[in-house]
Amino acid sequence: MTTPDSPVRKRAPRPGAAPLPAGRRRAAIRPPRPLLLTACLAGALAVLPLGYLAVRALERGPAFAWDVIADERTGSLLLRSLGLAAVVVAACLVLGVSLAWLTVRTALPGVRVWSVLVTLPLAVPSYVAAFTWLSAAPWLVGFTGAALAMTLVSFPYVYLPVAAALRGIDPAQEEVSRSLGHGAVRTFARVVLPQLRPAAAGGGLLVALYVLSDFGAVSLMRYDTFTRGIYTSYRASFDRTPAAALSAVLVVMTVALVAAEARTRGRAGHSRAGRGTARPAAPLALGRLRLPALAWCGTVVTAAVGFPLGVLGYWLAVGSSATWEPALLSDTALTTLGVAAAGAALTTALALPVGVIAARHRGRTAHLLEQAAYAGHALPGITVALALVFFAVRYARPLYQEPPLLVCAYAVLFLPVAVAATRAAVLQAPPVLEDVARSLGRSPLRVLREVTVPLAAPGVAAGAVLTFVVCMKELPATLLLRPTGMDTLATRLWTETGAGSFAAAAPYAAALILLAAVPSYLLGRHRT
Amino acid sequence: MRRPSARTLAALAATALALPALAGCSGEPAGLTIYSGRNENLVAPLIDKLEEHLGTTVDVRYGGSAELSAQLLEEGDETEAGLFLSQDAGALGALSADGRLAALPPATLDKVAPDYRGSAGDWVGVSGRVRIIAYDSEKVTTPPDSVHDLVRPEWKGRVGYAPANASFQAFVTGMRVLEGDEATRTWLKALKANSPKAYESNLNVLDAVDSGEVSLGLLNHYYWYEKAAEKGADELRAKVHYLPEGDPGGLVNVAGVGLLKGADKQQSAYARKAADFLLSAESQRYFAEETKEYPLAAGVEQAEGVPPLDSLQPPRIDLGRLDSLKATLAMLQDVGMV
Repeated sequence: MTTPDSPVRKRAPRPGAAPLPAGRRRAAIRPPRPLLLTACLAGALAVLPLGYLAVRALERGPAFAWDVIADERTGSLLLRSLGLAAVVVAACLVLGVSLAWLTVRTALPGVRVWSVLVTLPLAVPSYVAAFTWLSAAPWLVGFTGAALAMTLVSFPYVYLPVAAALRGIDPAQEEVSRSLGHGAVRTFARVVLPQLRPAAAGGGLLVALYVLSDFGAVSLMRYDTFTRGIYTSYRASFDRTPAAALSAVLVVMTVALVAAEARTRGRAGHSRAGRGTARPAAPLALGRLRLPALAWCGTVVTAAVGFPLGVLGYWLAVGSSATWEPALLSDTALTTLGVAAAGAALTTALALPVGVIAARHRGRTAHLLEQAAYAGHALPGITVALALVFFAVRYARPLYQEPPLLVCAYAVLFLPVAVAATRAAVLQAPPVLEDVARSLGRSPLRVLREVTVPLAAPGVAAGAVLTFVVCMKELPATLLLRPTGMDTLATRLWTETGAGSFAAAAPYAAALILLAAVPSYLLGRHRT
Repeated sequence: MRRPSARTLAALAATALALPALAGCSGEPAGLTIYSGRNENLVAPLIDKLEEHLGTTVDVRYGGSAELSAQLLEEGDETEAGLFLSQDAGALGALSADGRLAALPPATLDKVAPDYRGSAGDWVGVSGRVRIIAYDSEKVTTPPDSVHDLVRPEWKGRVGYAPANASFQAFVTGMRVLEGDEATRTWLKALKANSPKAYESNLNVLDAVDSGEVSLGLLNHYYWYEKAAEKGADELRAKVHYLPEGDPGGLVNVAGVGLLKGADKQQSAYARKAADFLLSAESQRYFAEETKEYPLAAGVEQAEGVPPLDSLQPPRIDLGRLDSLKATLAMLQDVGMV
């Protein structure tokens, strides 16, 4: 534990080529015990749904479960899901990376506003995006519409970590590249992009898992996916066994995806070579590209946020069901803020040790912990909710349908969101500073508290905001686990749209999006 | 830069967990907890009246009928719910089959015709709905009298339906019970070969008929009457056609209630009273007027403009058998509809 880290690391600024042995040697440093214990607690919480799946899937014997899985439809649905995920991830990478670069590195006019606006799509529930697009362009139905709606709501999963990573990159490397005669594009491709890889891959993984687990958008777009099959199983046969067997397939899929992402994450060294704190890069003048850049940001934000809000506004204007209940709206908004903040706080607290271990103590334990955190992330919300019902009524009856259980559900559902952000942020903090602190006699926990966490703080905070926003719009688990009678903005939205009163639904959707803007704005302000 | 230390984070998490817990501790425990698969906007006014009637507070958990029935199955005897108000008979049938529902008093059961209650006497329908064919009056003069006609070439690509919707699946299950699996499979295949357009919900199907996107649509009667009440019947291109002679396309399905076994004595007593209240003239009139559904008890008449239930010729079927959706689903998957 006291072994100073390899000096090789210090001299390894070559992105994409830092040596694997350094990583291996890191594994030799065991994580401090309290950190490991908290991380294990997080991992255990995250795999709870898998225990439930095992019980339910096998309750009629392995043969029955196998029959469900071996059905020829399973394979074709899985392919459809994966196809959709691949397209959405690719689109999100393009949107996320380009917008992150524009808002962090260039002299884009109104950059502060843009950097808040491009995070807002996260607050748009996928079914709202799908519904509004479908109402305006019914021909989008099917794969195109599903891919469009999913991309527009989930690209901030890539944008946020990539933007955080861009801010943390030492501009000196780029300056060196430029001084050696590389142009801006080449420098971006050769120097910047490789350093963004962990952040982008982590975000891409989250997008992929989100697409796999989504039901709202694909069902409205009538694009058959694996998760839609699971929901149909619950809804049409009232039978939990086949649904659980199918869910188990999603878990296997997730584990494979996480492993693949770990591989693409590669062996790059991601920290700054220099000493001291980050020096912000000088913003790049856009010149003739200013208008196209503005148009690009404008188009994306309009499509992802402006358009749904516009359609909601239209409903509000023409609808007969418009009822304006400010008291109910503000009550609901406060409740939503409360549970989402609690969810984000718990999730971030649990994700911190997992993320630190994943970044700093590579090895079998780290690998297992990370896998555990992600394993249930592609499961549909209804399955996770039923799993928590199953465990809570047996082992935590007093908590059942009380706010703490709902908050725990959010942690189970969204742990990977915060883990990905934490890991990417810690990876960017130079390990040499930790080594120095350790060599000065600081205990591992103090190093963590005084060096690692503060260095990673912006990325961790971005993860917390991300978690906060996705907690706010969570629906299926909230419906089952909320205290009876409690409403969040998402459940009110569900009630109103379920009754066909779209005008009455509009204020709740709008509140959801506007509230999501607050933490994004604060985060943006804190940075400077 | 602010430095969130591990301690601050832990404290934050603890507070965050405690705050909503404290907020949730307000208020006395309710006398009765209802799980409702029916929408809050529809049910809430009735719940207010129910509270008055029972003289106790009533808590309602709203959700999808299928999701709530899965939750009730997971909860078992630990459930807080005394009463389950379901959107359709299938979810009640599933709970009944798993032994989760308590027997209803005969006096309650007898308020509703035997056709519209569970054969085990553990759930009862509170309102009914009829499957109809909606047709585009600008393009269709004589809508078909049987779903069997929908597979004819003249309707190729002109039929809208919602195959993933519970009502459509209940109808197919009904058809299987009435005409057998083979005949139903043959019909489904023929229908699929006739390129029908699939929609997510009944409402989408009605909108498609009303806009002329399709000429015929399979849906429940009340969607049309609600839309007619909102827009005016004359403004609608879509018109309603009831299927005669016990055609399976004219199935009557119900929303209903069941009492949960896990409830304590006090809550069970309230739940029984609540079931009776939902079958009272006051509640039945409410359903008839608000949702244009068919009242099933207390001699209450259906909403104006809706033809009386006994003037229709729906197929006779044991609604309890509508929970056997699994084979229906397999068939729909087999044919490639869902």
